[in-house]
Amino acid sequence: MRQKIGVGRRTTLIWSRRGWGLSIEMNAKIESFSGNLIEFRDVSYHINDIPGRAVISGVSLAVPLGETLVLLGRSGSGKTTLLRLINALYLPSQGEVLVEGRPTAEWDVIRLRRGIGYVIQEAGLFPHFTVAENVGLVPSLEKWDRQRTTARVGELLRLVGLDPAEFADRHPRELSGGQRQRVGVARALAADPAILLMDEPFGALDPVTRTELQKEFKALAGRLQKTIVSRIVLLDTGRIAAVAPPQEFLRMDHPEVRAFVASLGAVPGAPV
Amino acid sequence: MNASPSYWSFFAEHRAEILGATADHMMLVVIAMLIAMAIALPLGMLIVERPALRALSMGIANIFQTIPSLALFGLLIPIPFIGGIGRRTAIVALVLYALLPILRNTYVGLSGIDPAVLEAAEAMGMTSAQILFRVRFPLALSVILAGIRTATVITIGVATIAAEIGAGGLGTFVFRGVALVSDSLILAGAMPAALLALLSDCLLGLLERRLRVA
Repeated sequence: MRQKIGVGRRTTLIWSRRGWGLSIEMNAKIESFSGNLIEFRDVSYHINDIPGRAVISGVSLAVPLGETLVLLGRSGSGKTTLLRLINALYLPSQGEVLVEGRPTAEWDVIRLRRGIGYVIQEAGLFPHFTVAENVGLVPSLEKWDRQRTTARVGELLRLVGLDPAEFADRHPRELSGGQRQRVGVARALAADPAILLMDEPFGALDPVTRTELQKEFKALAGRLQKTIVSRIVLLDTGRIAAVAPPQEFLRMDHPEVRAFVASLGAVPGAPV
Repeated sequence: MNASPSYWSFFAEHRAEILGATADHMMLVVIAMLIAMAIALPLGMLIVERPALRALSMGIANIFQTIPSLALFGLLIPIPFIGGIGRRTAIVALVLYALLPILRNTYVGLSGIDPAVLEAAEAMGMTSAQILFRVRFPLALSVILAGIRTATVITIGVATIAAEIGAGGLGTFVFRGVALVSDSLILAGAMPAALLALLSDCLLGLLERRLRVA
């Protein structure tokens, strides 16, 4: 199945939720690459490079090949910024972010970004493109031939639970919020990226749709052989407060961890 | 005013002249609009990311738009090269008038795009040129076209007044008619000018609706 749908067995997925964000990294398909797929080396990020306004401070984190990483943190804790530092939407004010061993500042950002899938809260679908054109955008930028793109769009739409015959020619305005997010995920997976970043992908949805999609994506992650979250990273005001495998994380004494664990009980169907 | 059969017979008798003046009028408008678009569209793209240039260029365009048309013609006449009596001065004035609506709408259209869409475009590895031509422009097109439509209607109107400085066109009949107290002569200029404005407004409006997204 995995081979057939052509989603890399090692794709990195980052997933976050409103308030308590959740990011999963699934891993890379770069067979030849050894070492850390993504590495933060003492990274700080200041808005407009003003030192007083640090969004991220002193973050060091290594994400090896094959790891599934979840980022948690309150709104404003820096989850989105951390993700944007990976695909060079932001460049670090201090330190460096390495992707495949190379600092993002030295990457050709276009090449870097085409290898990273990115899903955001509002989906950000192109309103003037059909669903098929949205999903096929990166393949078309990468100059795939028509047939290959069409086939790829079809399999991805099926993967996210949308019938291509029904949805391929629709425009985003003709979709529900949940359907738009599915298309957003399919679009991010289109070119079989090494890294998939998901920034609160279901944060803007109503609770029922959100829970539904979360369940479905758990199943999708299973098909991608990425069911097991290897580590959870907790962000607190731009710093890493805790990094631990899920079971260990749930038992930690850190006040932010306790606050999060308490909120889990309050929200049925919460992650982890 | 007396739009009686005498007008129709006048129109019939001077058909060729009226059509010729209409063609002249349209030429003035088309030339002025092409020049105005050639200036305002690229400038509109440029000022999206440059606030200082935006304030300056919008300010200047706004000044031209505010000067009464006859005064603007008057101010241009003494200027060497672009001034003087005739079509050239008229075209310069028409261009200056058309700038603001096109510039403003180009800027508003290009900058008013959902930030999530632009973020997605950037994160997917589209180059700035690809974002401009495949995302920003198509999404801004109906707004830009609304500006072109406004500018066209203004230009058709102001071009009528341009007859006063010897630019030709339909205004010639109107001014001659006023001087000779001839309703027929006035209407021979005013009717086609009004029709021209209404027709182009209508057609561009249709196109604008066709291009609107979401």
